Parts: sequence; structure tokens; C-alpha cells
Amino acid sequence: MNGLPLQGITVLEFSQYLSGPSAGLRLADLGARVIKIERPVVGEAGRKLAIKDLWVDESSLLFHTINRNKESFTANLKDPGDLILVKKLIAKADVLIHNFRPEVMGKNGLDYAAVKAINPRMIYAEISGYGKTGPWKNKPGQDLLLQSMTGLTYTTGNGNNGPVPFGISIADIMAGSQLVQGILGGLIRRQKTGTGAWIEVSLMESLLDFQFELLTTYYTTRQQPKRSHVANGQPLLSAPYGIYDTADGHIAIAMMDIHVLADTIGCSALRDFEKSEAFSKRDEIKTVLAAHLVNQHTDYWLDLLHDAGLWAMHVQNWEEMTNEEAYQALGMEQEIDVASGKKIITTRCPIRLDGKRLLSKRPAPGVGADTERIKENI
Amino acid sequence: MKLLENILILDFSQFLSGPSASLRLSDMGAQVIKIEKPGTGDICRELYVSDVMIEGESTIFHAINRNKQSYAADLKDPDDLFKVKQLIKQADVVMHNFRPGVMERIGLDYEAVKQLKPDIIYAEISGYGTEGPWKDLPGQDLLLQSVSGLTWLSNNNNENPTPMGVAVVDILAGTHIAQGILAALYGKTVSGEGSLVQVSMFESILDFQFEVLTCYYNDGRQLPVRGAVNSAHAYIAAPYGLYKTNDNYIALAMTNIPTLAELLGCEPLKQFSDSNDWFARRDEIKKVLADHLQQQPAAYWLGILEAADIWCAPVLDYDDLVKEEGYRLLDMEVTVKTSKGISVTTTRCPVKVDGQILFSATGAPLLGEHNEAIEKQFGISNQLQGLSE
Repeated sequence: MNGLPLQGITVLEFSQYLSGPSAGLRLADLGARVIKIERPVVGEAGRKLAIKDLWVDESSLLFHTINRNKESFTANLKDPGDLILVKKLIAKADVLIHNFRPEVMGKNGLDYAAVKAINPRMIYAEISGYGKTGPWKNKPGQDLLLQSMTGLTYTTGNGNNGPVPFGISIADIMAGSQLVQGILGGLIRRQKTGTGAWIEVSLMESLLDFQFELLTTYYTTRQQPKRSHVANGQPLLSAPYGIYDTADGHIAIAMMDIHVLADTIGCSALRDFEKSEAFSKRDEIKTVLAAHLVNQHTDYWLDLLHDAGLWAMHVQNWEEMTNEEAYQALGMEQEIDVASGKKIITTRCPIRLDGKRLLSKRPAPGVGADTERIKENI
Repeated sequence: MKLLENILILDFSQFLSGPSASLRLSDMGAQVIKIEKPGTGDICRELYVSDVMIEGESTIFHAINRNKQSYAADLKDPDDLFKVKQLIKQADVVMHNFRPGVMERIGLDYEAVKQLKPDIIYAEISGYGTEGPWKDLPGQDLLLQSVSGLTWLSNNNNENPTPMGVAVVDILAGTHIAQGILAALYGKTVSGEGSLVQVSMFESILDFQFEVLTCYYNDGRQLPVRGAVNSAHAYIAAPYGLYKTNDNYIALAMTNIPTLAELLGCEPLKQFSDSNDWFARRDEIKKVLADHLQQQPAAYWLGILEAADIWCAPVLDYDDLVKEEGYRLLDMEVTVKTSKGISVTTTRCPVKVDGQILFSATGAPLLGEHNEAIEKQFGISNQLQGLSE
């Protein structure tokens, strides 16, 4: 294929923070033209959200990470003149994304029915926190709260810990991913039927889908999956699955036959357990294993395990990881030219097409940076 | 019309990463055929998990493979391979998650498949990419979490590196390959050309960390430090975290500390009025807050905070969750049926299309269950039989 697959597709992104904008970013990397529709002057709220107080310009590094490779058009949706311009953009666009609370787009006359009336070919895609009905529909769609309400925090950490959240915004990212899939499916159908589509995703449903293996097991037994008390890796899995201390760091050990493991690392005490007890006695087995692994260095164990074809790896931090030849071979970092001649480094799209990495040097836009140019073309 | 109606996907993949992608494509209306090894099939059928089985197969297999068909074929048998190649000639997508080199040895690598079907979308998931020193290592979820720095982001800093308790690498790689496949299918409708789509689990788990990795790349490469008290995110200021009350846990997201102090009647919290301290002194702040919240039950605190529009929530396990009206109204649980009449309750696709949930009542296939139906549908003939007749 020559060029990128979404070349010629225009996406209007009425979104803030992470869930919607992460979907816009993926579509941009796949070749779409993504225009953020932002409030005049201040722009989307994510511009002022920083981590470690890192700023590129008036906008945070975090905003630049999520919104590179996009354009910005400012409009006050409560101003009739601006709204007319936005509706003209809608008439020409292919995809609209928003992640406002359920009634907000309706108040501006931009709910699905209204947009469809302007442009019947539109793929209208929205993310809510908890769906659009029910007692939770107005609750804030914030990642940690969704993790807490969906049972996810009881999958991680050991059984004697309290609930442990994921240290990354998993609900936002999963919802963004699901939305991209729905949008692309809508675009494929439109090529055959000429009609648009209405795609809806919620953070809640995305995070339940994410736990589908655990939930299906739960529905079968109606027993809360229990985290192991020692080196919990995944609540459903038997010993030895988990991370263990060694003499100089840590080692990750995945699923394997405990007797083969016993022989490979010379841990005869593991032989006292039957293979069939790998789940029911996992805490005892893991305790024995932990006491053994702490006696030697990680590399010592990895040599033995890898020679036997068993599944184990180092536990690395980013410094160790980025020094690995295997990391460098990926070419995952890319440089973005931001204003005033500065450069930032960020990750690229994880998908390769026809053997090529998808790279883009285009930075995140300033608030309304493209408004005038876009107006001229309306 | 379904989004992916009349799209045929041949899925050679096993376990979770590839099959989770083809599950979503099947939810969206594609016909998904699992190509499986006779006798054993997808190894996930026997993955022994939590002692919970359905029809002698793991609950997990049933969750991942509902609404698919199974075609058993021994790719080392020339006759079976001939039939699979006839299927490929009619397919839109071929996908696999074998280690590099396996499809080449069978003669079904991208170049070979492109000869059979020039506009094929050929999608592959690897563990660590197709080059570099780790390319032949197994692509296993916990191991990818461990090498990618991810385990240093969750839990308190006195705890060991802590893996996320869901197969997040597999699932993300699955969503990325699905996105690539769908974009390529769309591109084909415009250009008429197929493509090669590649994702590795390593790249997927780096992409997942894009916000915090970008911070690391640009802040002089300082490693993240997890908080000591109720840590929920290494980069977010107090009070962000989960707190034990005198009964259950509650979650508090980003909130102004003096406002919180006032609402909760927590005098010692009021001294932290400078917002610059909320990150730098987060452990102190959270300790004060944690001690204070122990005094009353969760419902008491949530009542106060929700009334003031503070971002907070109860912390639920599955037993609590499924009792909630907000959960039940989602209709997230669906029951599918296997051809043997066994019912399996699982989750549905989280994407709604045109106001409708996407649902099929078809359960996971038995190994080779659809060989005959598929051969009939696609007019597949046996080469050797043809010669002997």
C-alpha cells in the first residue's frame, strides 16, 4: 500500500484529557487528519494538566504527548457564528469523537441525531464514563474511580495487600482503543453502504471487557478470584507465576511444570508438591521457591531456566530496559520538533505497516493554531 | 448491515493476544475461522486455570473464542495445507502469533500468502519484534511486563515490583493488531491493495506507557518513584489513591487538599495549602488523610464528598459490583451456547453500534467442529482425492 491507510479521512476531536484524544492520536498516526475543536484561548483542559511540572510551552509535556500530529480549531460552541462554522466542518468531516458527559453535546445541538442530519455519512463516536442511563451516568469518568468500581484493584498486589490500582490510566486507554476499533469498522461499512455509524463506548464497559477472562471465570463459579499471598502475578494462575527476589534483584517466572522447575534450579523441596497442587497450594509452593531463588543472582537463574527452555525474564526498570539492544532495535523513540526549535522525545505508534514504522514529526498544535487556515477553506 | 459483514478472517493464533483481536472482529460481524492443529488445537483449550473448567476446557478459552468457527488442519500435511491455501485465496485477513520463522517454514509467510491472494491483509503479533537479540524469546505477558519497566509503576514503594493482575500486554497487542487490520481493510477499499500489519507485545506495552515514558525521556531520565502511602500512580500528587475507612476502601482522585480538609473536617491536613507540596510531600499528606479516614465508614465519607462533587468512588470487588444497579443496567453479562448445548456466561463486546449492543449467542467451537461446513461454504476440495478419481 502506498501512503497511510486513513489518508483523506478527517476527524473532528471534541475531547479532553486522555480517552478521546488517545483515539485521535492513533487515527492520526494511521494517516487521518485530526482537528481538535477547542474552546478559544484556553483550549482543552488537558493542556494545563502536567506531570512532574513538565511544560513544553503554555501546554504541558503530557498534552504534547497525547496530541502530537493534530491540528487545532477554536470555537465557542455557545456562539451562533462559531457554531455555524463548526457545522460546516461537520458537513465535510468523516469522523467526530467526543468524550463529554452525555448531555453536553446535546445542549450544543451536536448530538448524534443533529450531526447525522447535517452529514449522514458521519461516523459519530463517543466515550462516556458509565454509559448513558442508570444511577452512575453523571459520575465523573475518572480512571482511578473506574478501576475501583470494576473490581480491577483486587487483581493486583498480594492477597494480604489492600486493593492495588494499576499505575497507568488503563480505563482511558482501553476505551480509546475500543473506540478506534468501532470507528474503523464504521468507515469500512460506509465504503459499502454509504451510510455513517454511531459508535458508543464507556470507560466502565471497556474495563469490564478488559477483565473478560476473570469475569467469565467469576460468572462460572460466582467466587471472587483470590490473589495469591506470595508473588501474585494473576489471580487465576498457579505457582510459580510471579515475581521473586534474587540475591541481586528480581526475576519473573511464568507458567511451567513445577517438577521441571525443581530439577532445573536444583530445588528439591519443590518436589514435595504434586503437579496437581500447583493451584491449590500455590502459596506454599511459592514460599519454598522464594526461599530458594534469593540465594543466587538473577543471571545465574536465567541461564539455567533459559537453557531448559523455561519462561523467565529479568525485572527491569526503564534505565535497564533502554540499555538493552532488544529495546534499541525496536526504534520506539521518535523526536518531535516543537516550537522555538526545541525537540521532545516520545514513543511512536506501536503498529507497523508493510514493514515500516509509522513516524511523524508534527507536534501538538497551539490553541487555535489552524483556525484561520481552516476557516479559509470552509 | 454489520460493520464487518462478508469479511473472512483466518486466525492461526493461539492463547490470548491474537484470539482477543479476532474476537472483537467477530463481534463486529466478520466470519472468524480458527485454524487449529488436529488433536490438541489452540493450546489455550487446555490452559489449566484456577481449576475452573467448562466441558473439559478452560473458562478462559470459552471467553476468548465465542462466536468463532474451528477448522482443524495439520499444516505439515500437504493435503491439509492445500486446503488451507484454498481458504486463503478467499480470505480477507490472515493472522497469526507464532514466533518469527514458523510461518516461513510452513510456507505461509507474507510473501507466500501474497502469491495466493495478492490483496491479503496479513497480520502478525510477535513477542519482541522480528529483529534484535530477543526475537526468539517467548512472548509471555508477565515477562513482557517485567522487562518493560511496567512493574515499577504499581503498588507502594516498599513492595516488590508488582505486575498488573490482568494479561494487559496480550490484550493491548490484540487491540493494536485489530486497529492495524481494520485500518488496512479500510485502506484496501480505497487502494485495492493489501498490507502487512505487524505488532509486537514489546512495542504495545511501551505504547501503553507513552505518557510516563515521554516524561522519562525528557526529564533527564529520572526513574519513577512509587509513593510510600496508598500509591496509585507514581506521577500524580496527593490525595490520589485508595484509602481504608473503618469498613471498606474508598478511592480519591485529583482534588484540592484544603477543600478536602474542610469537607472531611481534617484539621492537620489544612497546613498543606501550597499546591507545590501536594506532589513533593504526598506521602505525608496521604498519611494524615489515611489516619483520618479510618474513623468513619466508607458510606459516611462518600456521602460528604459526592455531595461536594469531589472525584471519589467506593472500591468494589466482583461480589459487590454485580449487585449494583449501575452494573446490571449495562447488560454486560451475556450467555452463549456451545454446539453441545452448554451455556457459558461471559462479557459482551463493549462497543455499541447504532444504539445496539453487539451480541451473538454462539459459543466457542469444538476443535474441528466446522471443517465440513467450511469446506462446503468455500468449495474446498481434496487435491489427492481429485487426482485419484
